[in-house]
Amino acid sequence: MTLESLNIGPAIPEIFLLCAICTVLLVDVFLKDSQRGITYVLSMLSLLGTAVLLAGLEVPVREMSFFDSFVMDPTARVLKLFSVGAMAVVFVYSRSYLQQSGMFRGEYFVLSLFALLGILVMISASSLLTMYLGLELLSLSLYAMVAFNRESPLAAEAAMKYFVLGAIASGSLLYGISMIYGATGTVNLEEIAAAVSAGEATLVLMLIGIAFVLVGIAFKFGAVPFHMWLPDVYQGAPTAVTLFIASVPKIASFALVLRVLVEGLGDLFESWQAMVIVIAVLSMVVGNVVAIAQTNLKRMLAYSTISHVGFILVGFASGTTLGIEAAMFYTLAYVIMALGAFGMIILLSREGFEAEQLEDFKGLNTRSPWFALVMLMIMFSMAGVPPFVGFFAKVAVFGAAIDAGLAWLAILGVLFSVVGAYYYLRVVWYMYFEPPAETLRIGPSADLRVIVSLNGIAVLALGLLPGALFALAAGAGI
Amino acid sequence: MVPISHYLMLAAILFAIGVTGIFLNRKNVILLLMCIELMLLAVNFNFIAFSRMLDDVMGQVFVFFILTVAAAEAAIGLAILVVLFRARQSINVEDLDTLRG
Repeated sequence: MTLESLNIGPAIPEIFLLCAICTVLLVDVFLKDSQRGITYVLSMLSLLGTAVLLAGLEVPVREMSFFDSFVMDPTARVLKLFSVGAMAVVFVYSRSYLQQSGMFRGEYFVLSLFALLGILVMISASSLLTMYLGLELLSLSLYAMVAFNRESPLAAEAAMKYFVLGAIASGSLLYGISMIYGATGTVNLEEIAAAVSAGEATLVLMLIGIAFVLVGIAFKFGAVPFHMWLPDVYQGAPTAVTLFIASVPKIASFALVLRVLVEGLGDLFESWQAMVIVIAVLSMVVGNVVAIAQTNLKRMLAYSTISHVGFILVGFASGTTLGIEAAMFYTLAYVIMALGAFGMIILLSREGFEAEQLEDFKGLNTRSPWFALVMLMIMFSMAGVPPFVGFFAKVAVFGAAIDAGLAWLAILGVLFSVVGAYYYLRVVWYMYFEPPAETLRIGPSADLRVIVSLNGIAVLALGLLPGALFALAAGAGI
Repeated sequence: MVPISHYLMLAAILFAIGVTGIFLNRKNVILLLMCIELMLLAVNFNFIAFSRMLDDVMGQVFVFFILTVAAAEAAIGLAILVVLFRARQSINVEDLDTLRG
């Protein structure tokens, strides 16, 4: 065994990120509270370095390293670059929020970066062991981040619930993995796929394994009936953490489904399609209907996330390449929209005040017409109104479902999009047709205002030119 | 030799005890942590049984990783428990009900 046989080349960005995180962690220990800006700059620099290394990586069609447990392909590169970029946006959004609420500490950045490392590992996993380790690195960082505000009883409760349910999900996933290992004799996804198509796998064990793995995936994705943690965590966690949980880890969940179900267990599509359809339908129904009853915006967005997860799973349920590309397009579009929506909450929050109730958006138009317009674009996009990016994401997913002969699923999806439009439009109603409850100017830092504006414009621009994002998803060559 | 199905049965029973323990327990959060540990150990049992059956070392390697991660998980779980107790002066599961809707 030599270093060459490991072929660490494709994993260089991850290795760099790990070293960078350790540096940030060490440097942060020696900083005074007034110098935390340095941690922020260093974290941004490590993201930049990772992105540069990723962009510079020569990606052939498919390159394996670490004895076939780590894979680098064009899909992985697109997803990773997107994750790193989204992480940078999260940092810009969080900085002023954390400063206002007295939580501007190095741990936030270090834990976020560790979570990002977990996400990158998951995206490149080609063995169930790699997938599990990436998932745990992500989950453990997130549990700690939810409890980040130590004084808040709500955050502690949310963290405990998240931890317990997340651990059940990991347990279920592992139980499924052990069954798949028993059935095929390997944990490598390519070898599992080969064993399945050669008919060497014990089918009963395989089916039990798939069922348990699916439960784990549904938990991590936040799909009904395993969604109980999601609203509590979104509401209880500090908004900067919610912003992160709502956005980048969804790319990891997408990668989890892509690698395990599509690449590893693709030949058993018939046996998991029905389960995915049930989960997708339930998510669309429960997410959209329960969201109507919410008065807390963070909680409402949590149920909206659940419904979006349902739409993403519709793409997977169609089982075609087109469907998976559509699901990827939807995931990327969702991340952009979620960043914008939580960015707006952060923008309106100030010291000692969180703009997390729907009422806090009352009369936003008279306070700031531009940011009311940005929020309007994001809400319309989430509802799936043309010409915003959310519309094309939904069209792509439903188109793929119809192509695969699941027209009823597409019709159901459209119906519940209409139901969902109600609560998004309610936010718009509050902003434009209700008198403002307060007249304070919106005043946080300039970088936050600029990046929220850019986020809103991106939702519109990607909607006007959906080709760009779709080419990214399709060009990834799934 | 004990057939593999016996090992699988035992692991399944342990796993089921862990899961039911989490859902039935209404008293103490520490019991939840113990149930989680039980679930993971049941999975380890599965892995080792299969590893022996298949005469393949990968299952045992996986077990070492699970044990390591479980230790980290327990550490974070207990840390959250401490935060929870400081904020609430209680670790009763029934008190964890402020977030709902």
